[in-house]
Amino acid sequence: MAKKSPLSPEARSIINARVSRRAVLAGIGGVGAAGALAACGSSGDGAASGELVRWGNWPLYLDFDEAGKTYPTIDKFTESTGIEVKYFEDYNDNDEFFGKVQAQLKLNEDIGYDLVCPTDWMAARWIRLGYAQKFDAANIPNKTNILDTLASPSYDPSRESTLTWQGIMGGFGWNTAKNPKGIRTLDDLFAPANKGKIVVLSELRDTIGIILLAQGADPATVTEDQYMNAVDFMAKKISDGWIRGVKGNEYAEDLTSGDATAVIGWSGDMFILASENEGKFDFAIPESGGTISGDNMMIPSTATPEAKASAEKLINWYYDPAIAAEVAAYVNYVTPVKGAQAEMEKIDPDLAKSEYIFPSEATMKNLSVFRSLTPTEETAWTEAFQKAAGN
Amino acid sequence: MGKIRTPYLLLLPGFGFLFVFFILPILNLAQTSTQTAVGGGDTGQYEQTFRFQNYIDAFVENKEQFGRSFVYALIATLLALAISYPLAYAIAFKSGKYKNFFLVLVVAPFFTSFLLRTVAWKQILGEEGFVVPTLRNIGIISDSTTLTSTAFAVVMGMTYNFLPFMTLPLFASIDRIDPRTLEASGDLYANGFTTFRKVTLPLSMPGVVAGTLLTFIPAAGDYVNAAILGSPNTKMIGNVIESRYFKIVDYPTAAALSFTLMAAILILVTIYIRKAGTEELV
Repeated sequence: MAKKSPLSPEARSIINARVSRRAVLAGIGGVGAAGALAACGSSGDGAASGELVRWGNWPLYLDFDEAGKTYPTIDKFTESTGIEVKYFEDYNDNDEFFGKVQAQLKLNEDIGYDLVCPTDWMAARWIRLGYAQKFDAANIPNKTNILDTLASPSYDPSRESTLTWQGIMGGFGWNTAKNPKGIRTLDDLFAPANKGKIVVLSELRDTIGIILLAQGADPATVTEDQYMNAVDFMAKKISDGWIRGVKGNEYAEDLTSGDATAVIGWSGDMFILASENEGKFDFAIPESGGTISGDNMMIPSTATPEAKASAEKLINWYYDPAIAAEVAAYVNYVTPVKGAQAEMEKIDPDLAKSEYIFPSEATMKNLSVFRSLTPTEETAWTEAFQKAAGN
Repeated sequence: MGKIRTPYLLLLPGFGFLFVFFILPILNLAQTSTQTAVGGGDTGQYEQTFRFQNYIDAFVENKEQFGRSFVYALIATLLALAISYPLAYAIAFKSGKYKNFFLVLVVAPFFTSFLLRTVAWKQILGEEGFVVPTLRNIGIISDSTTLTSTAFAVVMGMTYNFLPFMTLPLFASIDRIDPRTLEASGDLYANGFTTFRKVTLPLSMPGVVAGTLLTFIPAAGDYVNAAILGSPNTKMIGNVIESRYFKIVDYPTAAALSFTLMAAILILVTIYIRKAGTEELV
């Protein structure tokens, strides 16, 4: 969940009404609060024993049983392997989480987690700094189930130390009443009817990625000139009054309130909006191509060998198509596991048909992964993007 | 000896607290503000090179947002003063036995989160709120005009959020005014306006100064209102600092901007207090 917002993580956690929306949608109201409570008061302490995996993940990112206040797939894992899992919904922001554990990583002291879940670009940073351990492939035979699109990102070409937890598609979202013909191209997005009511994502890899693709450039190989050109395009659209905001997932609220009529947004959010407001909103991957990114399971360098082995078994567990389908039925992002769609047929045939969770082969081909940036690029490019966004 | 030491011992917890939570972070921030990126280092790695140019770069690049912060904060402060003065006056002199009740009403919004109150403004000014359709119906704004994501919304949000900081000191000052001074003014043939100008206002000046400072200072550094109610064209310096710190991971610039903001506020406040001539406050 590469959720970027202009607010601090604490601020967002207070106003993140979306949380309860998803909970209500899944018919398990209150799970947000319960999940937060379950994760409260402990931040991964306790000794790292071999039979224990301490897993830090984003909120509402794992199937949760409201009645029993349990995570069913974790319980099944513990039953079948005897490995205990402590699950912490401690991820609110990539930078914040990294900041919290950075000092210990540097000193090679226990960070309190044996499994973490950074977004692609942050995973790239961990790998660069040597803070990620390579998997023992023998422990993760299900690794081969990863979707082809996600199988070889530039920061970890053969997935030696990361595996995608969930995939996030970036594309166009719109209000169907204001855009009866739908939005497939940048020109559709910047149609006069949407002037001043367009919101784009504050995650530069999605917003600029989509602009790049529309301009005929490939985010996977983007050069500095191409990138800056795309940023200028966005800056112009902002100063000319087309784009009203560069936001994290608050764009969903702007769509529902009518303040925004068209957005560059994420599949998971749009799935919720579309299913909640029958027919009022829709989402599509641009004709010129959309973006896909992911949050990744990764074992920090500070995990003990025993904990690492247990964490690998846990990763393997979630790459089992049947288990992945169970998670997907709760989490509405792209499932990175091949075969999960077939398993989903057994759980919920409607969801199995969802392009949001199981994009078709054709859609997948039309999705690009933003290449990883060097540290210098990361700073300069983020700065250019933030400046265009008024910061 | 014991008598001399006692006050210092009493101050100790306060000093200790300020030292740990104010002095140390400030020193750390000062130290960060002159750092530069480690050559070949990773994102967020900086080393001390005493580059004071950081301050000039940071200011020059963001002077627009600096200017905006002070203009918005000034307008919000004046609006808050215009709204609060009659309110505080009415509570102090006209509310009789309901005085405490009205004071509770002024403070009541503080029982909810600052953020929630700001988000509420987004809904009030939003397309589906009652303000926009009403204004459209009576033809004040056109169909394509929106109120959210505008400077208007940001200033309104700030005015609202900081209103109690203005009202309470004003009330405290006005409430202390002896009504007999007003009567005396009347006895000396001053009309209502002259009484206000010559008696009420001067006597309430400490409240005006305290209220404007308590409103202006946090408003100038505020970023929540601009983040929630504004657009990329209404960003304030707080938003820049937030983005530098958390998004760009450029700690030195964020630190330099923070210090520049602090210095700018300090200078403005000093000039203001000198002009207002209420040394008793400081």
